[in-house]
Amino acid sequence: MTANPDTDDSQKSALSVRGLTVTLPDGMERAHAVKDVSFDLERGQILCVIGESGSGKSVTANTIMGLLPRVIGVSAGSIMLDGRDIIGMDAESLRDLRGRVVSMIFQDPLSALNPLMTVGAQVDEAMRAHGIGTPASRRKRAVELLTEVGLPDPALMYSQYPFRLSGGQRQRVMIAMALALEPSILIADEPTTALDVTTQAQILELIRDIQRRKGMSVLFITHDFGVVAEIADSVVVMEKGHVVEQGTADQVLKSPEHPYTKRLIAAVPHLTDKDRPSLQAKGSGTVLQVEGLTKTYRSGSALLRSLRVVPAVREVSFELASGRTLGVVGESGSGKSSLGRLLTKLMDCDGGRILFEGRDIAPMAEAEFRPLRQRIQMIFQDPFASLNPRATIGRILTVGPIAHGMPYAKAREDARALLDLVGLDAGAFGRYPHEFSGGQRQRIGIARALMFKPTLLVADEAVSALDVSIQAQILQLLDKIQRETGVSMIFITHDLRVASQICDDIAVMQRGRVVEMGPPSQIFLNPKSDYTRELVAAIPGERDERHALAAAEG
Amino acid sequence: MPAFLLNRFMQSAVLLVIVSIIGFTVLNLIPGGPMSQYALDPGMTQEDMNRLAEQLGLNRPIWVQYLEWVWRLLHGDWGTSFRDGAPVLTVISRHIFATLLLMGSSTVIAIAVGTWIGIRGATHRYSIFDYTATVGAMIALSIPTFWFGLVGIYVFSLQLGWLPAGNMYTIGDGSVLNYLHHLIMPSVVLALVHIAIWSRYMRTATLDVISQEFVKTARAKGVSERRVLMKHVVGNALLPMITLAGVQLPAILTGALVTETVFTWPGMGRLFLDSLGYSDYPVVMGLLMFSAVLTIAGNLIADIVVALVDPRIRLA
Repeated sequence: MTANPDTDDSQKSALSVRGLTVTLPDGMERAHAVKDVSFDLERGQILCVIGESGSGKSVTANTIMGLLPRVIGVSAGSIMLDGRDIIGMDAESLRDLRGRVVSMIFQDPLSALNPLMTVGAQVDEAMRAHGIGTPASRRKRAVELLTEVGLPDPALMYSQYPFRLSGGQRQRVMIAMALALEPSILIADEPTTALDVTTQAQILELIRDIQRRKGMSVLFITHDFGVVAEIADSVVVMEKGHVVEQGTADQVLKSPEHPYTKRLIAAVPHLTDKDRPSLQAKGSGTVLQVEGLTKTYRSGSALLRSLRVVPAVREVSFELASGRTLGVVGESGSGKSSLGRLLTKLMDCDGGRILFEGRDIAPMAEAEFRPLRQRIQMIFQDPFASLNPRATIGRILTVGPIAHGMPYAKAREDARALLDLVGLDAGAFGRYPHEFSGGQRQRIGIARALMFKPTLLVADEAVSALDVSIQAQILQLLDKIQRETGVSMIFITHDLRVASQICDDIAVMQRGRVVEMGPPSQIFLNPKSDYTRELVAAIPGERDERHALAAAEG
Repeated sequence: MPAFLLNRFMQSAVLLVIVSIIGFTVLNLIPGGPMSQYALDPGMTQEDMNRLAEQLGLNRPIWVQYLEWVWRLLHGDWGTSFRDGAPVLTVISRHIFATLLLMGSSTVIAIAVGTWIGIRGATHRYSIFDYTATVGAMIALSIPTFWFGLVGIYVFSLQLGWLPAGNMYTIGDGSVLNYLHHLIMPSVVLALVHIAIWSRYMRTATLDVISQEFVKTARAKGVSERRVLMKHVVGNALLPMITLAGVQLPAILTGALVTETVFTWPGMGRLFLDSLGYSDYPVVMGLLMFSAVLTIAGNLIADIVVALVDPRIRLA
């Protein structure tokens, strides 16, 4: 079908892109955002464009919508839509196509809706912009649309402001808006990336369902092969602005041809039923024992009766042996990050005990805890925000130990050794964070945490912001470090697949409680709680694997 | 919302008390005081002086004076002017209209022009317009208001003869047009610096909003550029500007006092200077409290308006 677009009959396609080249302004890291990109979106099909950050997939989508920033220009190629080339079309004609013939939904539903307008007004606007209907008929249609995308109580929802809605609900509103004028093409730019896994599964289901019912063509942009496996009919793989491979979903997923595709697919973390081989723990015994840990957030004031109480962590207990990794898995709001902050004493708990190497650190004052702080280190999520842009890597690594009294020469020697351990060359010592990629920065963050020779590492979503191939490398690095140093790890993540790669035990959190704890084999194959079962079932692209594993298990 | 209002009202009341204590104390620390001008009168004996101090209540400890002043204030008695024996409220009310007129027209000009320049600067970033606006704002910010006033008088009154050099109206001609004619120069001169500030903030606020996803969403729906800008961008960009307007109010008041002096505008600015010269403390305290109330009320109203306009605060 789409394997060889040049011989394809473009009349059959809803959208046909030929030789698209988009030029970047001078001084960017490469001359073209996309170069010579060709593909067809067949009528009534879902085409996934997959690639890592910087692959040009979003630029392609924005070009089709005519939403490129002014400084970026199309220098060659054509985009045929209903037999008309939209490249070079005047602004007014493009505006008329947007929302009516081609609609788009975006990645971050939290920022994609105007905070000052009601949901209804924003759906209404999609119709009003094209002069369709009367206020009364549009209102009726808007409520219908809100019903259609599965929002509860659509009539009430119509007059709600976006801030009252959850991420998943907002994405449904976006879809309702996009569907308002029954466009023939829907472009979805990473529409589920910012969502929790169970919500993601629901939104994917909704998109697929609507696509089938309306016979729409969907251009779905994603970085996740799991998502591709869930919904794609055909796939376009992009790397650094080029299309490296395209074909049906089956072809590309089962027998990828291009080395880049193979690498990408190989890097996707999969659920495993095999528990991690137990490491030879250097000092055996318990590093961390947590009993009945509790934290409640309070805001507002009791005096004015506006007190709000949110239990973030409720009666959490677990034990972590030396040299082992405990995964803490949960959706947003489950309390997993709060737990991490409590364990590192970035926040005080309201109750319970945290026994670190036998001493209860929970009630300790800052001054008393300070010498212990070195031994519990943290790795952060955002490799861009967590390194001081004005400090050299050397300074970032040595400033902490020097503050704790290490002589500079020793600190520098350690830092260089650690840079080597995390796979960076010693020359990195004198350079600044902006000179490094996201993956390299995360390596620096890991080196920084290791400077104190900690006995416990707390990694909060440490690989979530990284591309999948980089993610795999960082996970390997963490594994290697644990083998070499015997450090214990708390690995906080929303991604069950990642957790299954690196954890000896996994604790599943929901609304502040640990609902289930056990080795990956139990969590993924024989979940004891309904919630865990639901979470595992929602993981995109794992259906086949799970069946295979379950069959093997007997 | 009621809790929020109650909270803010209580804060405001406490603030007013603190301002009045500081004002009263500092005023009485200044050497000289209301008695000093009588001391210059050769016909005054020490006995006369003491009698006068007794009459005016100035021989009592300062905290007693303060408490009495507060007590009377709470009963609506702002005291009597030392200078002409008229009640302070009457004295202030003779001048208040002129100042409020000047402040009001300046604020309208500053917000209208500043908003327009700010939006256009943001939508045409790095254009000639944008650079000109930036340089213009820097000039307006770095040159004092009275200089613009003097230059304005020289050019438009003395050389071109288009506009009157001062006063609020021509004696014998109280028509609205005559008032407006006199109002043009002082209000524009006073507005200049605020146009500069307002346009810079508006430009930043617009740029913040313009790069947000919901603006892209609106475009993706096929909404016209004009409506994207006016409804989605400007609507959201104006939110932080409401707070700024509240904060700017005292600056406009102080500016008005200077401008009034340059244009012999019969407002509170001149009253303030004259009263200070005569050590007419009741009037000075009255003016001080008036500006404190205006400032606090400005901020309070700005906060309330933001809360009303932004559903995230209104409904939270």
